[in-house]
Amino acid sequence: MSKKADFVKFDKVDKSYDGKVLVVKDLNLDIEEGEFVTMLGPSGSGKTTCLMMLAGFETPTNGEIFLDNNPISNIPPHKRGIGMVFQNYALFPHMTVFENLAFPLKVRKMSQEDIEKKVDKALSMVSLGGFANRMPGQLSGGQQQRVAVARALVFDPAVVLMDEPLGALDKNLRESMQYEIKHIHESIGVTVVYVTHDQGEALTMSNRIAVFNDGKVQQLSSPDKLYEEPVNSFVAEFIGENNTFGGEVSEISNGTCKVKLEKGEIIANPISVKSVGEKTTVSIRPERALINPKDKMDNNQKGKIEEVIYHGDHTRVRLNLLGNSEFILKVPNSSQNLDIKLGNEINIGWNSHDARALDPK
Amino acid sequence: MSSETEKILTTDGIPLEESLKQAEKKNKIKAFLLVAPLLLFLIITYMIPIGDMFSRSIDDKMVTNMLPKTYKAMENWDGKELPPEEVFEAFYLDYKILVKNKTAGKLQTQLNYEKNGFKSVLKKLARKQKKFEEGNYKEQIMKVHKRWRNVEYWRAIKRRAPSYTYSKYLKGVDMYSNEDGKIVQVSEDRRIHRILWIRTVEVAFFVTLFCFLMAYPIAHLLATLPMKYSNLLMICVLLPFWTSLLVRTASWMILLQQQGIVNDFFVWTGLVADDNRPEMMYNKTGTYVAMTQILLPFMVLPLYSVMKTISPSLMRAGKSLGATPAVAFFKVYFPLTIPGIGAGCLLVFILAIGYYITPALVGGASGTLISNQIAYHMKSTLDWSFASAMGLMLLTGVLAIYWIYNKLVGVDNIKLG
Repeated sequence: MSKKADFVKFDKVDKSYDGKVLVVKDLNLDIEEGEFVTMLGPSGSGKTTCLMMLAGFETPTNGEIFLDNNPISNIPPHKRGIGMVFQNYALFPHMTVFENLAFPLKVRKMSQEDIEKKVDKALSMVSLGGFANRMPGQLSGGQQQRVAVARALVFDPAVVLMDEPLGALDKNLRESMQYEIKHIHESIGVTVVYVTHDQGEALTMSNRIAVFNDGKVQQLSSPDKLYEEPVNSFVAEFIGENNTFGGEVSEISNGTCKVKLEKGEIIANPISVKSVGEKTTVSIRPERALINPKDKMDNNQKGKIEEVIYHGDHTRVRLNLLGNSEFILKVPNSSQNLDIKLGNEINIGWNSHDARALDPK
Repeated sequence: MSSETEKILTTDGIPLEESLKQAEKKNKIKAFLLVAPLLLFLIITYMIPIGDMFSRSIDDKMVTNMLPKTYKAMENWDGKELPPEEVFEAFYLDYKILVKNKTAGKLQTQLNYEKNGFKSVLKKLARKQKKFEEGNYKEQIMKVHKRWRNVEYWRAIKRRAPSYTYSKYLKGVDMYSNEDGKIVQVSEDRRIHRILWIRTVEVAFFVTLFCFLMAYPIAHLLATLPMKYSNLLMICVLLPFWTSLLVRTASWMILLQQQGIVNDFFVWTGLVADDNRPEMMYNKTGTYVAMTQILLPFMVLPLYSVMKTISPSLMRAGKSLGATPAVAFFKVYFPLTIPGIGAGCLLVFILAIGYYITPALVGGASGTLISNQIAYHMKSTLDWSFASAMGLMLLTGVLAIYWIYNKLVGVDNIKLG
C-alpha cells in the first residue's frame, strides 16, 4: 500500500477568534501518511490553533481540513479518531493508569480481554509495565508523559497530535523522551503532528518542520534544509544561531551578489533578492565562518575579538566585524593553537554560498 | 526509627530531640498565645452554651429541692402500698413551706406533668392544710381528697426523686415513661414531634437536592465562562448574600401569595383559573421554594471552587479519546466534582435541617420544622429544658450525618474553597 501524500490536508484554512484578527492565514499544508511533522513557531504564531482545528476543538473560519480525503470540519472530536497528547498530559486523576488507558477502548465497547491485551501492550511500549495500578498523581512527570503518549496511541488512531508534550519536563528527561517518542513513531508508523516552540526538539524528531509565524507557514521542509537553507530571515533567525548583516545589493550575477554594507562589502548567495538596489539581510551561520582559513574563500575580513566565552567542547567568540559587534564564531576545542585573545585582530573567511541574502528585516 | 538506633546527639552532646524541643518551645508558646483568644472565645460562646444546654435538658432538681423532707422519708418506702405516716408528715411540712412562699404553683405544674389531675388535688390541699391539726397527717391528708388514697399519686411524686431525668428526650420523640417505669409511645393523636422530625429531614433532603440540581449548571457556567462574564454571574450568585434574610423571605411572600405575582402570571397564561389559585405559601411548597433560593449560594460556591480546578483539557482529552460529550461528562468531569458536591450537600443539608426564620414566615402549619418547635418552647411555653433537649437531639443528628458522610465519602475529600 503506497502512502498517501496528502493524508492530512489543510486547504486554504483561515481562523479568526474575534472577527478582526486572523490567527491563521491561508494555511495550506499536506501531511503524508506515517510522517512526523512538527509545527514550530513562537507563541501566538497560530500553531496550537491549527492543532486544535485538526483535533476538532476549534472550527476553521474558512477553508477545509481533510483527513484521508474526507472533510472533517463537521465531524465532532470524538468521531475523528485522532489521538491527542496534551501539554499538561490531561490524565484523568481519578482513574488508575490502567483505567486511563482503557478509557478509549471502553468507549469503543471492546471486550475486557482485548482491552487488557491492548493496555498491556501499550504500557510495555512506553516501558511502564508494572505501573498499571498506580494513580497518575503517584507518577513522576516523565512517567505521566509516557502514560499520556500510550493513551493517545492505545486505540490505534490514524493520526496522533502532540501539543508541546515535553514542555514541563527538565532538560535531560526532555531529551530522552524526544528519542523515545521518535522511536515509537518509527516502530508503529503512525502519523504524528507535533507542536513545539523548542527548535532543538523539532530538529531532532521531525521528518518535516513547518515554521509558523504570524499565522503563516514560513517554511515547510526537512530539518537539515530548514537549518542549512532558510528561505527568509525569520526562519534563519528562529532556527539556530545566526549572524546578520543589513545592506543593499550593489551587483548581482549568476549565483552571487555583492552586498554593500555601511562599512565594507560582502559577497553573498542571492536567495530572495532579484535586482540591484534591493535591501537585504545577509545571514551566515556561526560555524560556517572560519578563523585563518586554509582553503581559499571568497569572503575575507578582519575582525577584533571583543569577548571569549569558554563552553567546554567549543569556544564562543564575539567579534566586531564590518560594523557588526554581535558577530559570533564557534571555535571547536582542538589542539591547534589559534590566537584567540581579547582585543586581537584575526582573519575571518567564509564562502559566498553560505552567506544567504534574504529579505530585509 | 526503632529504639535500637543510637540517639543522635548535637555537637554539644545534648540529645537532638531535646535540643529541637527547646528550640521550638518559644515558637510553640507564641503560637498558642496567638490562638488563645480565639480558643477562649470558642469555649465561652460554643462549648459552655452546649454544656449548659445539656445540663438543662436533663436537670430535674426543682421538684427534688422543693420536697427535701418528703424524699428523705420516702427512701425506705417500697412503693407497693400507701406510704407510712412519716412520708405524709414530711410532705405536709414541705408543702406548707411552699404554700407560704407562694411557690406551690410550680410543684403543681411539675407533678401534673407526671400524673394528670394532680394539680386540682394539690390546690385543694393548699386551701385545706391551713386548718390541719398536729399529728396523724395521713388521715387528715386523705380526708382532703380521695385521690390521696390512691398509691399512683405517691408513686408519681417518688418518680421525680432523682435530680436528673431523660424524660425530655423521650418527649422529643413522642414517648414517655409510664407509671410502671416502662417507655411507651404517647397516644396517637398527640404524636406531633415525630411528624416534625420526619418533615424536617424530608425538607432538608429535598432542599439539598433542588439546590444541587440548580447549582451544578450555574457553578459549571461560572467556572467555564470568560472572566468578565463570570464575574457578573458571580455577583448575581452572591447578591442574595448581601441582602437581609428577612427581606428575601418577605419578597418570596409577595411573590408566592395567592394574589401574588407568580399566581397572577399563572392566571394570565391560563394555566390556572382565577378562582382556583394554588396555595404556594404557608405550606411545604413555600418552604421549599424560599429555602432553596436562600441556600443556593452555599451549594454554588464549593462546587465552583472545585470546578475551577478541573482543567478543561480533561474534557477535551475525553472527547479526543472517543467519548461522546455525555460520556466524557459522566466518566471524567462528574467524578472529579464529587468533593465539591459532598461539601455543598453537607453544608446545605446541615443548614437546612436547623433552619428557622424562613419556615416560620412562609411555612404555615404544614411547613414548620423542628427548629420552629424549639423556638416555640423557648418563647411560649418556657419549657427550656425541653427546648434544650430537642436542640441537642438536632445537634446529635447533624453530627451523625457528618459521621456517616465521613464513613461513606471521607471528610478529607471535602473542598469548601
